[in-house]
Amino acid sequence: MKRATLARVAAARSRRQPLMVVTRLADGAQCLLDAASCEGELPLPAEQLAEARGFLSSGRSSSLAGAAGLFARAYVPSPRLLIVGAVHIAQALAPMATAAGFEVVVIDPRGAFASAERFPGVQLSDEWPDEALGRLGLDAATALVALSHDPKLDDPALELALPSPLFYIGALGSRRTHEKRLERLRAAGLGELTGRIHSPIGLDLGGRAPAEIAVSILAEVIQVRYRGDRVETGA
Amino acid sequence: MNTDDDSLFANLQQWRAAGKAAALATVVSTWGSSPRPEGSHLAVDEAGHFIGSVSGGCIEGAVIDAAAQVMASGRPQLLEFGVSDEQAWQVGLACGGRVQVFVEPVE
Repeated sequence: MKRATLARVAAARSRRQPLMVVTRLADGAQCLLDAASCEGELPLPAEQLAEARGFLSSGRSSSLAGAAGLFARAYVPSPRLLIVGAVHIAQALAPMATAAGFEVVVIDPRGAFASAERFPGVQLSDEWPDEALGRLGLDAATALVALSHDPKLDDPALELALPSPLFYIGALGSRRTHEKRLERLRAAGLGELTGRIHSPIGLDLGGRAPAEIAVSILAEVIQVRYRGDRVETGA
Repeated sequence: MNTDDDSLFANLQQWRAAGKAAALATVVSTWGSSPRPEGSHLAVDEAGHFIGSVSGGCIEGAVIDAAAQVMASGRPQLLEFGVSDEQAWQVGLACGGRVQVFVEPVE
């Protein structure tokens, strides 16, 4: 791999841009591919170019079928977890999700909660959730969990999240709290979308401690990421 | 693709910026119950430090050895491990799968 290729891959990852490297296994010759361009020492015929772009759009890494010995490696954005509410559960969830490969942002305008002392090494936003979510962008590789227990923070986040392509939306709270939340979201005209909210949040592992709840939330986010929203729980 | 790849590429860049030789290994084919999917990376520096994985841990040692040869020669290698392979029994791909790993130098 050429140094320039390494730099391009690293840069695309930090900008959350998809990129593909196609390698000829016989000699290591490579080309860099995105939706618009294809550059490098390995020329790709139109047929293989189309096949590679198809893999890139689905985030798949695989050998190209049209030609022997060509391997296409897709680099797509990391999954992201946006946590609204810098609460005790968030303190446990943020490092766990980071370890599981998620890019994590904790959002809470209350400085006493979202402090570097409480969240060492975690990306923090002290914006209001609607501002932060507008800046960060809600894409299909991103999950959002509303943990603040405060409608002033959770509701604006959910109002933006529900019509977005986020792959997972969860909200913490008792059944009664959630019923009230649903009433407010229905009044805001989002009634048809409220079924997207996972509540009670997390897989039912039975744990009560903040770290145990964080495990069940992260487990559910991972499950939905790979299996989709319609999973038989066996419950 | 996840932040594991971010730290892997960050490490590769740091190693090269510090003037260390490095190689990148990639799973390019799998058959049967191989533990890591196609595209999985393992990065190795000249001192044998490594990050990432191309199996559940059973073939990493052999891939790191090959990476040292690739760094020395500057030429890529295509390795194959599987139960039908004498060497793989010694290396120990116990899962019963078969895997092809491409190892390339990083300029």
